[in-house]
Amino acid sequence: MNRHQTKAWLYLLPSILFLGLFMVYPLFDVLVYSMEEGYNFASQTYFGVGLYNYSYVLHDPYFLQALKNTFILVIITVPISTGLALLISLGLSSIKFLKDLYQTIYFLPYVTNTLAVGLVFMILFQKTEYTDGLVNLVLSWFGSSPVDFINGPYWAKMFVLCFYTIWVVMPFKILILTGALASVNPDYYKAAKVDGTSAFRTFVRITLPMISPMMFYLIITGFIGAFKAYSDAVALFGTDLNAAGMNTIVGYIYDMLYGNSGGFPSYASAAAILLFAIILTITCMNMMVGKKHIHY
Amino acid sequence: MEIRLQNLTKKFPNRNKKISNDVIAVDHVTFTIPDGKLIGLLGPSGCGKSTTLNMICGLETPTDGTIFFGEQDVTNLAPEHRGVGMVFQNYALYPHLTVRKNILFPLENLKGKNKLSKDEMMRRVNQAAALVQLEELMDRKPAELSGGQQQRVAIARALVKMPHVLLLDEPLSNLDARLRLQTREEIKKIQRSTNITTVFVTHDQEEAMSISDFIVVMKSGVVQQIGKPQEVYDDPANLFVAKFLGTPPINVFSGKIENGMLVIDGASVLPLEAVLKPLNQPDTSKGIDKSKAEQRVVIAIRPEGFVPCNDGPLCCDLQGVEVMGRDISIVAQHAACEAVLRAIITADTKVDSANDTIRFALKPEKVFLFDYETGERIRGLV
Repeated sequence: MNRHQTKAWLYLLPSILFLGLFMVYPLFDVLVYSMEEGYNFASQTYFGVGLYNYSYVLHDPYFLQALKNTFILVIITVPISTGLALLISLGLSSIKFLKDLYQTIYFLPYVTNTLAVGLVFMILFQKTEYTDGLVNLVLSWFGSSPVDFINGPYWAKMFVLCFYTIWVVMPFKILILTGALASVNPDYYKAAKVDGTSAFRTFVRITLPMISPMMFYLIITGFIGAFKAYSDAVALFGTDLNAAGMNTIVGYIYDMLYGNSGGFPSYASAAAILLFAIILTITCMNMMVGKKHIHY
Repeated sequence: MEIRLQNLTKKFPNRNKKISNDVIAVDHVTFTIPDGKLIGLLGPSGCGKSTTLNMICGLETPTDGTIFFGEQDVTNLAPEHRGVGMVFQNYALYPHLTVRKNILFPLENLKGKNKLSKDEMMRRVNQAAALVQLEELMDRKPAELSGGQQQRVAIARALVKMPHVLLLDEPLSNLDARLRLQTREEIKKIQRSTNITTVFVTHDQEEAMSISDFIVVMKSGVVQQIGKPQEVYDDPANLFVAKFLGTPPINVFSGKIENGMLVIDGASVLPLEAVLKPLNQPDTSKGIDKSKAEQRVVIAIRPEGFVPCNDGPLCCDLQGVEVMGRDISIVAQHAACEAVLRAIITADTKVDSANDTIRFALKPEKVFLFDYETGERIRGLV
């Protein structure tokens, strides 16, 4: 190692220390925990090393329910929220009148507290002994019988969760996409206009490739964010998510650590490693697809 | 195709809300572009030349006036129906498409009876590429090309539709000096070989003069003068045109007419008859009244209009001599001249730069008179 490299490592040292201590070590520790069978938190002892924790988690019906919920959430919310955000941003960038007002309105959910929003959603959707809730009132105008979206059937609860998630994640995506759309040089559109390009073709062949890096960024972070969903479910259905059948993978990990059934850091670690593996796989798949369609 | 602009006017709403007046970008512009010629729209930035080009293209709708392509009124026609090709200042090449796909793009838009077969499209693309010598670069992306190559792709993309009119917006401004010289020759060559009526916009007078068949000089949305480059240079209509054309710029003196002589700072430099021709019809707006005893005028002298001469009437403070090989540039100062005086003489003439002063005689055909108030050219005697 020559003098130059020594200096470089010296400059890197603070961030390496921080990252190592608070990122790499915990990650590694989680992996170690997940392998320790029969770990006792109080006595800090364990019986052996192996894959039993994984086997337990993968056979736990609560985990399987959480896995199913999370996948449904991801598959529904990521495409819909990204698509809707794109539509809204296109709308926003093509109007002039009241544009700032609309932009503010669309951004409001981003600065609003998750739990407060959850409360509002509960009031909108919950059916109690005294009232059917606002949404049911509207539904009854179309001749539908009231549905309890908070404590009722599974599909109704999943609908509310997806609706809520989409509503919460959209503002950021709209913000990013309006920025991306504004950064496309207007000369491209002029050139397309001179050549008589239809609006649809202009969008597909010019606009979309131009903003593809931003779309890609939003899809990747969207997937990761949705896989890590937890607080949204808590805001709507309370802390006992297993009972409500609306648990997510992160929710399951939390419950294993601190919940009513808590005190099992090994199971929690195994679930966390599984989640990590899932996210890693999906992101790699995204990257592979992205390579073909992203134009930097 | 002949292009005729009649009373073309474009107003933009003022951004400053306190001022309700519209900004008049183009003000009643009327001129005709003959078929198959290369026309340079020339003027300083903000003179309305690009707006005029955009209106010919169809990207901007005129507030008033009409545009004819041949006999057809195209004023309210969309760009794609006008048969124009446009090259943008920054080329606007789609960065995610290869050169081939960029050139192909306009053809893929054709619909209905104009739709082309795949083979026909490729034939047209290759033809356009061959015209600008791009054959070897067809599979590259724009980012992998040099500025000059990108420029050629932009031209090929504009030509592939076989337009009647080719429009170029500041086509050379993104190129370095050497490439600019080369590319402007190429543009001229392509225009000659295709014989497409071509309009290009530039703020560089040298560029416009060198390749245009005609130049249109604009200022503040108003056409100042139209003509062949040499004619405009030799016979400017007003002080603005005289100042705008030529490098180094024309030397402007404030002077007087006294007793039939041109006087600069007390020195009689030329007899009036040498500069002005007698006008047959009495036209006071363009001529000057010889009988008037004294009159203030602006005297503008081209750099090549000076002849160093020991008994010359114009005496200046010599500041330096710049040798440029073929020519010598003399830098001097004169009290009546608004900027530093520059004279270009052939290198054969010996100038002693140690002298404090230098005396010049003037070539009458390089001296122009302008009205002191309006800057209009004074052409003759009444």
